[in-house]
Amino acid sequence: MTNNIADIDNCQTLFVIGSNTTEQHPVIGTRIRRAVRRGAKLIVADPRSIDLASIATLYVRQRPGTDIALLNGLAHIILHSEWGDDEFIAARTEGFDEWRKTLEAYTPARVSEITSIPVDDLFAVARLYATNKPSTILYAMGITQHTVGHNNVLAVANLALLTGNIGKPGAGVDPLRGQNNVQGACDVGALPAFYTGYQRVADDAARDKFEKAWGVKLSSKPGLTVGEMLRAAHEGRVKSMWIIGENVAMSDPDAQHVVDSLKHLDFLVVSELFMTETAQLADVVLPAASFAEKEGTFSNTERRVQRVRKAIEPIGECRTDWQAVCDVANRISRITHPERSGAESKDATRWDYRSAEEIMHEIASVTPSYSGITYARIDARGLQWPVPNKDHPGTPILHTEKFTRGKGLFSPVEHQEPAENPDAQFPFTLTTGRILPHYHTRSMTGRVAGLEQLAPEERVELHPDDAARLGVDDGDWLRVSSRRGQVDARAWVTDRVGHGVVFMTFHYADALTNALTNTAMDPIAKIPELKVCAVKVEKK
Amino acid sequence: MPINLTINGKPIQAREGQTVLDAARANGVHIPTLCYHADLSPVGACRLCVVEVEKMRGLVASCTLPVSEGMIVQTNTPKVVEERKFVLEMLLTDHPNDCMICEADGGCELQDAVYEYQVAWGDHKGKRHSYPIGADPNPFVFTDFNKCILCTRCVRACAEIQGRNVWGVANRGFNDKIVAGADVEMLQAGCEQCGACAAYCPTGALTDKPSRGKGRAQHFKKVTTTCVYCGVGCNFDFNVRDGKVVKVTSTRDAYVNGMALCVKGRYGYEFIHHPDRLTKPLIKKDGASHGDAPRFVESSWDEALNLVATKLAQHQGDEFALLASAKATNEENYLFQKFTRAVMRTNNVDHCARL
Repeated sequence: MTNNIADIDNCQTLFVIGSNTTEQHPVIGTRIRRAVRRGAKLIVADPRSIDLASIATLYVRQRPGTDIALLNGLAHIILHSEWGDDEFIAARTEGFDEWRKTLEAYTPARVSEITSIPVDDLFAVARLYATNKPSTILYAMGITQHTVGHNNVLAVANLALLTGNIGKPGAGVDPLRGQNNVQGACDVGALPAFYTGYQRVADDAARDKFEKAWGVKLSSKPGLTVGEMLRAAHEGRVKSMWIIGENVAMSDPDAQHVVDSLKHLDFLVVSELFMTETAQLADVVLPAASFAEKEGTFSNTERRVQRVRKAIEPIGECRTDWQAVCDVANRISRITHPERSGAESKDATRWDYRSAEEIMHEIASVTPSYSGITYARIDARGLQWPVPNKDHPGTPILHTEKFTRGKGLFSPVEHQEPAENPDAQFPFTLTTGRILPHYHTRSMTGRVAGLEQLAPEERVELHPDDAARLGVDDGDWLRVSSRRGQVDARAWVTDRVGHGVVFMTFHYADALTNALTNTAMDPIAKIPELKVCAVKVEKK
Repeated sequence: MPINLTINGKPIQAREGQTVLDAARANGVHIPTLCYHADLSPVGACRLCVVEVEKMRGLVASCTLPVSEGMIVQTNTPKVVEERKFVLEMLLTDHPNDCMICEADGGCELQDAVYEYQVAWGDHKGKRHSYPIGADPNPFVFTDFNKCILCTRCVRACAEIQGRNVWGVANRGFNDKIVAGADVEMLQAGCEQCGACAAYCPTGALTDKPSRGKGRAQHFKKVTTTCVYCGVGCNFDFNVRDGKVVKVTSTRDAYVNGMALCVKGRYGYEFIHHPDRLTKPLIKKDGASHGDAPRFVESSWDEALNLVATKLAQHQGDEFALLASAKATNEENYLFQKFTRAVMRTNNVDHCARL
């Protein structure tokens, strides 16, 4: 998020697109509801009439996979109505004129045809977002999990630049990060092309810095993303893997292909709390300590680094993942460098961390944005990075004076249809997500009796008109199939979804929705198109 | 412009818009409350916070009384004390005398007030409510409206914190009661099971169902931590007893979320002690006889780690890949990528950022 969560209190207009906030980021959802209660205006754009739609000032239902057309169309209207922030554009941005030309094709009539949103609604949304300021845009996987995910994000940013809704209180471009520590995992370099703090592995200066810090030669070649790793495993290029706390056999698209890929490996080690679908495929399973059993930090969606504290001793013989990785690193180095064992060298062959806090010291020493972070400083409230030094108070709002690259760049982006649209054989669009009581593959929430009571099984959201045509009543069994697999689950007949669209979660192993989904990826972000694929729906 | 007033003979400065209760508390003057909560809009319903104000008729509820210039306030006169005792006596005429088995014991604001004013639980002949105990079938919030003092903190918490309006007050007079929706079950009334109502309830009327019988406030060690589910980063307190997490409580000190939590944050901790937890390393070995499927066999950490190290050492370089975890800590993810890069000599490290 460019702005902090509490800053929602300063918004006049909130534009929520591709985020089912009350179910996926529930406490931010309550802040949005509170904002509406105090009189802020809420725009919701979502293929599903999510809970927030019921309190929205304006709700529009775009056809899945048409966000660029929608966002460009709004920009077109804002430009022609002269609702843009000319002063901001002149002072803080570049590329405006080239970008502007590409918008001419996005007339309201054409955009309405692509998105299926009425023209009047497009005007109403554009006017509210552009004129009732400050406005913020909140988005999540509904924007990113597309073959055009990267361009969707650029289209969001363009709209914020056009209206000057960035770098100030109540405004912003606010992606809501999904997992508790997905922000932090990225920040500390669990990414194939980046060391900590988004320092590039291909950058000579950055690599040199880490070679010195770690005392080893490092590869300059960016590594593989999740999807590429699995493909490489399938093709025998990757031979061994360590998977830590991820259930890829259920969470990734085209689940059967994932399982086949993992089976191709010579050796798979999995660190887990439970015997997940992925752990079952392992050669060795290491029992991991849960978050209640360890010290450390998580970084939330507003870049706030906060403490995780040990409440109980590890269950059984469980170990924290940081201890396990040290254990393995030391053993490997004894195998590959037997001459060094017992030596007092301080290079990367010695992994003698005594505490999580000691590791954070090392992170701070190599990561500019985390430089000022210590456990003592984040004890009560955490700190929002960048925290460039030990006296810096943290950064609640980004881009207040200038952007990371200097000027904000308008990026022309064009509408492009999803990789797989419905056709005669597979006439429905499947879009996927999660529901409030569960998380991802349910390895945790499925083991909480009350949460299971709230949502014991998969329910396929199906529009009443489609249900009537198929002769389906609420609760009937359906068979949903795609080019990749098939799943049986009960129907929830509801107008939450539009005509021709079905929604399913990926929570349930016995209704494995990711057996259906498409692995087609965004070419830059490498994110799979989990929000759109074509399926057939039949009464079973 | 600061406002000058006098509380118990002491001159005090307050801000415009502050209530007498706020100003008193900000200056260390204790006034008991029940329906008041600093997060919620004041309603002046319970009258426990009454004070005497010069030139005002009768006793006034301090939680809804704005400060004004020159105000002279007495918070603890015999008349005030008598009124507060009366309020508490009236509440007790229709309250079960079962603190000994009550979940809220030790954390009950009614109990504290009754103790402070030493009000005896009298032998009342009047009418008492007899609501069915634990009648609502929802999985997480236990309802016992016999213990309800009609402070409406649940109603306001649901409306003002969660933004959901599940709770309301039905009927009039003695028949007043808290109802979900049009007196239906909580889930039917659109409850999202966030548990805010139970967190704000000052008595044992609404309590956390999964924690019932597992201990009371005085039994718990509290450990503040950050939630493991979504990216909001809510903070809460684990309530630990005998080495087990038995409850989660929210706290006003949580900077990101305050008292608000969702159903998973407040009630989704049961997996920690679930019998399915893996507790020993497992190594997959061939079946006992030829053709049997391989199966997992428990091993020591030493054996498992040696096997892992031996196997991984054979695949240093781009033949190795590591999937880190957005559920693990920063410190762990830092070591995962350092391990991959510095020990395994490849940049094949990623996590589920895209899923």
